[in-house]
Amino acid sequence: MVDKKISSRRQEYLTQLRHRKYLVWTARLGLLAVFFALWELSARLGWIDAFILSSPCRIGKTLADLYKTGELWLHLGTSCLETVVGFLLGTAAGALVAVALWLSPTLYSVLDPYLVVLNSLPKTALGPVFIVWMGAGPGAIIAMTLAISLVVTILEIHNGFLSTDVGKLRLLQSLGATKRQILFKVVIPANFTTIINALKVNVGLSWVGVIMGEFLVSRAGLGYLIVYGSQVFKMDLVMATVLLLALAAAGMYQGILLLEKVLKKHLGVSS
Amino acid sequence: MTVRFEQIQKIFQSKHSEVCALEDISFRVDAGSFVSIVGPSGCGKSTLLNILAGLETPTSGRVLLDDVPVEGTTDRIGYMPQRDQLFPWRTIWGNVTLGLEIQKKKQPQQLQRIRELLHRYGLESFEKSLPSQLSGGMRQRCALIRTLATDPGLLLLDEPFSALDYQTRLSVSDDIHTIIRREGKTALLVTHDISEAISMSDRVVVLTARPGRVKTICDLPELAGLSPMERRDHPMFHRFFNDIWKELDLGG
Repeated sequence: MVDKKISSRRQEYLTQLRHRKYLVWTARLGLLAVFFALWELSARLGWIDAFILSSPCRIGKTLADLYKTGELWLHLGTSCLETVVGFLLGTAAGALVAVALWLSPTLYSVLDPYLVVLNSLPKTALGPVFIVWMGAGPGAIIAMTLAISLVVTILEIHNGFLSTDVGKLRLLQSLGATKRQILFKVVIPANFTTIINALKVNVGLSWVGVIMGEFLVSRAGLGYLIVYGSQVFKMDLVMATVLLLALAAAGMYQGILLLEKVLKKHLGVSS
Repeated sequence: MTVRFEQIQKIFQSKHSEVCALEDISFRVDAGSFVSIVGPSGCGKSTLLNILAGLETPTSGRVLLDDVPVEGTTDRIGYMPQRDQLFPWRTIWGNVTLGLEIQKKKQPQQLQRIRELLHRYGLESFEKSLPSQLSGGMRQRCALIRTLATDPGLLLLDEPFSALDYQTRLSVSDDIHTIIRREGKTALLVTHDISEAISMSDRVVVLTARPGRVKTICDLPELAGLSPMERRDHPMFHRFFNDIWKELDLGG
């Protein structure tokens, strides 16, 4: 039980904690501000070539132009949509295959070497194959995303499933539980952290897949803007796009963190 | 519920060798009695419980529950595994009702019975708490209520106290012993702790090292009706301890 009346020692501790938090946030924002300020200054004073390295103001102007023509939402939306679709498909399919492998150890033994080979294969090598198969469009890009995230998801989740505490499995078996009950009542909740971590990794991998795909084949999207910008030597456009990409990826990652929080609260997982 | 082990043998096969874990195990557990199995580690004590619970099949021999051979798991046996194995993501209520949930027997009168058990053993105000908020002793009681919830006639305790510190262990074994006696259950405890076995049971079965065989069976009529704490103070306690210890020592 926590005392209703807060002692002065505790008050002091809490104040210290708050001050530390302010300090950290000030430093974080300060670092960003200093970085952009130095960048802008160097460009204006001619220390660096703004044509090659761009500058915050030029990036801002590029972004404003993109916004005015409506291109901003087109490219950002295209990439985000592709990422989300790839992420959802990759995660769902990966989790389903992991469950199948858990249900059938024989199936796992059979597929194990193939998974190992697929896992170590650089998936970007498959890019041209997907383009031939799926045509030059979003289909090929999403296939690319799946290729990158699927095998990792399968391996990671299956691994987690296998390391479920034997004592808990035994307990359920002794109660006469079916495999389905064991899966839903122990294996999946016990691997909550593993599954969330797989989601976090997958968000990153999906972006890699989408950008790689867009580099190879696309008429819209952030990857397309980067390639286009570098080909016509519009470095302002490239830098602006990279900035957008960073924001979008961070936003999605935050989304997963939020999902984790909600699920934790809902499931009552404390750790 | 009576249990009869008849010439149980268990051989584990692996790629490189076969290991005989249990050989010619025969003894009986009378209805309503508390029997402990002690033996050096790796003598197949847990395997014996797993066979009884229907989780493993013996290579030869059979186990009879009230004269009916064991085939697969049955809801007449309650299994209390090593450590409490409470699910950290479920509340205490979620944990103690797990068995009924699995067996699809969540009927009002069953739930009422669990509520009474929680109340009787001082856990009713923790229904909505998570296991991490409870002390080791409370978690252990909770694990026992989870086992009692499906109303089994026979309880299997697989070193349930091994993860507890000495103090907690003494008071928890006292608790658990009282609860099992009061509920009138037959119980089979596996342990490597001789004093724990003597302090709780009517009969101690001593197994040899691998392959596990019945070395001796020791009845403790002098200690009948006493609580574990009282037994530890009884003059006969040390004699039984020494007897069993010698048997174990020679076997090892």
